[in-house]
This record gives sequence, C-alpha cells and structure tokens, in this order.
Amino acid sequence: MITKRIIPCLDVKDGRVVKGVNFQGLADVSDPVSLAEYYSRCGADELVFYDITASAEGRELFTDILRRTASTVFIPLTVGGGIRSVADFDRVLKCGADKVSVNSGALAEPGLISDAAKRYGSQCVVLSVDAKRVGDGYRVFAKGGREDTGLDAIEWIRRGVDMGAGEIVLNSIDTDGVRGGFDLPMLDAVCRAVNVPVIASGGAGCIGDFVTLFKTLPKVDAGLAAGIFHFGEVSIPDLKAALAANNILVRR
Amino acid sequence: MVAVIDYGVGNLFSLRRSLEAVGAEAAVTADPERIAAADKVVLPGVGAFGDAADKLRSAGLDRVLLEQAEAGKYILGICLGMQLLFDRSFEFGEHAGLGLIAGDVVDMTPVVPAGYKVPHIGWNALRFTRPHPLFRYVKEGDCVYFVHSFYADRCEKAVLATAEYGPALTAAAARDNVLGCQFHPEKSGPVGLGILRAFCEL
Repeated sequence: MITKRIIPCLDVKDGRVVKGVNFQGLADVSDPVSLAEYYSRCGADELVFYDITASAEGRELFTDILRRTASTVFIPLTVGGGIRSVADFDRVLKCGADKVSVNSGALAEPGLISDAAKRYGSQCVVLSVDAKRVGDGYRVFAKGGREDTGLDAIEWIRRGVDMGAGEIVLNSIDTDGVRGGFDLPMLDAVCRAVNVPVIASGGAGCIGDFVTLFKTLPKVDAGLAAGIFHFGEVSIPDLKAALAANNILVRR
Repeated sequence: MVAVIDYGVGNLFSLRRSLEAVGAEAAVTADPERIAAADKVVLPGVGAFGDAADKLRSAGLDRVLLEQAEAGKYILGICLGMQLLFDRSFEFGEHAGLGLIAGDVVDMTPVVPAGYKVPHIGWNALRFTRPHPLFRYVKEGDCVYFVHSFYADRCEKAVLATAEYGPALTAAAARDNVLGCQFHPEKSGPVGLGILRAFCEL
C-alpha cells in the first residue's frame, strides 16, 4: 500500500530560507540546500520549495539553489511561487523540479493548468489553493489570503482537476498559523470532490495533529508543514514513528 | 559510461545527477555512437506511451536499443522507459513497444479497488518475486517512489518485484540483460540510489 507522505515546505527569499531554523549539526540554518539535505536524511518524503522572491536576481538565485538541491537530494521536489506561464514550468523543471505548484497564476489564467498538463503530464501539475470558510461554504482567496476571489473552493478544485491538475495542496487560511490541527471539515469536503491526491496544509502544531489527520481522513495523502519542522518542534523521525505506532503506513 | 537516452521526453537532470551520485559517469545523449560506446544504457521517460514511442522511432533510437540489447548490453528502462520495453501498450489506443520483454502495458483503473486513486502516486513497498542482483542493496519492504496510471501485465515470467495497490502491480521486470523499473530510482532516496548503484555494477 501507498504510504502517507510528510512534506516540509521551505520558503526561499533571495537565496535563503525565510523562517529561522535551529538544528543541531546544521551549520548554516538558512541555506536551503543544507536544509533540504537534512530533511531528506530525516526521512522527508518530498520537499516543497516556495519562491517568495520578487526580483530577477532572486529568481536567478532560486533556480541555482534548485539545481544544487536536485544534485544532492534524490526525493521528489515540488516548486511553487511566481509560476505564471508554461515558460515558468520549463525554467524550474529544467533545474530538477519534479512537480510545479500553481496558485495565483492559475487563478489569473486557468488555461495554465491545461496547457502545462498537456505539455508535462498531470503528475507534474499541482494546484495549490488558499481557502477560507465563508458562510456555509469555502472560498478561494488570493494574494496570500488577503483577497476573496468569490470562487467556491470546491468548484475551483474540481475544475482544476478536470483541466489536468494531478494533485491538490489545500491550505486552510482558517487554521494556518493557529497550530490547533489541520482543517478536517474542509479537507473532507475536498477529498469527497476529487480523486487525485490531496495534501493537507495549514494548522499542524504537533505530532498528534498528523495522527488525527490520517486517522480521521484516510483519503488525505500527505501532510505539509513549515514552521514546526524548521523550529525543530516536530522531528520527522519521531513523527513517522508515531504514525507507524498508530497503524498509519509511512516510509521508514 | 552510462548513456541516458535523450529523446525529448522528460527532464533528465535528476537522473544524470543520481547516476553521478553513485559514482557513474553519465552522458545524456541521442547519439547512436555514444550509446553504442556506453557500458550501460538507461531509457527514461514520462508522459504518454504513443508519443514517446513515436519520438524514439523517429530518432531511430528504437533500432539502436534493439541492437544494444541483442549485443548483451545492460539496459534499464525507468517508468515510461520501462513500459516501452514491452510488446505493446493500450494507453490511448494500441501502440507497439520495443518487444524486448514479453507483456502488455494496461490501465490500472479496472483492477484497483474503488476509492484507490489513479495515478498511483507516492512511496510504496517493494515485494520481490525472485532474487536479482539489481536489488542487492535493497530489502523486501523498502519503499520507492511511483507515479503512473498504466502498468505491465501478462509478463509473469519477467516480474522481479511488485508493489501492492489492491492487486500486486509490476514494479520491476527483467529479461536477461534488459531490465525495467516502474518506479523512479532517481527519486527514491537511498533505496533508489542503491538500485542505480547495483545496475552500474552489473
């Protein structure tokens, strides 16, 4: 059987990991390549590199980091941030990314999903969605969660999958940063709507939150987090041991 | 030198780097002479079977591969590259493969249980059906990374390993010097590197 995936997410700006990290045995805590190697050694199943650079120089640095990471880290790498065209897909795939995550780029031009899926295959196209509960439903938010697009999140995700998105990263704005657990009702609604892998993001505060996630929603394929891994609050080997102890299949 | 066949399908950066990481000299090439001069050949591939088979043929690389296989050179097909080694595929119609390993490539949708997602994406455990030096550094139950919707069927004699996804899907197969992995060894961490190392040592 397929195992549940644990995915650390690294926000990279001007060549450095944004959130401060502190690990024993890791000399340069904000070097993305060292951190990626560290996570890979710890048993991370996949890595997400999120480019939050605005400048052209920063973008250049980012692709260089990607190339260096893909030269030493041999697990799947997903890249997101600033992906607006098939040319952007091409740029990061050439540097060793396996999947590319689209968010605002797809909101601005939904055809990007189908164009990229036709060219690189659905397995390569990840649709990342920032969603928030509004009334009885869930809405897609843009601009880092500041702007309500008016789109129904479930409908948008269904449409994205129809257009060729091969995976969904669902980031709940309601639970993000709260560290009180993943947004189980929202994830459940998405898992019922589509039959592609769903990656839960936003809200993990402790190991127990991942156990609850996979126990309550067996259809969720992966859990993604940033801060709790970077700050060393949750170690990946401990997390995997706890999941295994709860009869959740993980790669050890 | 290991020749990684470049026929315009997929990104070969990680594959080249992973071969280098196990100490091999790797060359990404479409040049028949370089392929003939290589000690080993890797046939990669992502995307649709028909499109990839056409590209391989229009570059004349199908013949090169058949000659190299005939000459006894070790060939490793990866993912779609593995599927291309079989007789035919039923992905979007019917397409002829290289016919180096007997078997057909078919859709997994009808055979996986309801509720299982297709494509089969993620880390799954290897179950060996017979011992093979390709897995000399790998233990039963070690996980490797899969991304596929079609799988090799009717190839019982060639199966080396399976992965359970409802039924047991072909994960690796071989006929003499022609080998294939449905999973991506270049994305399967230390386990995958162990498989590539073993291939380079064959």
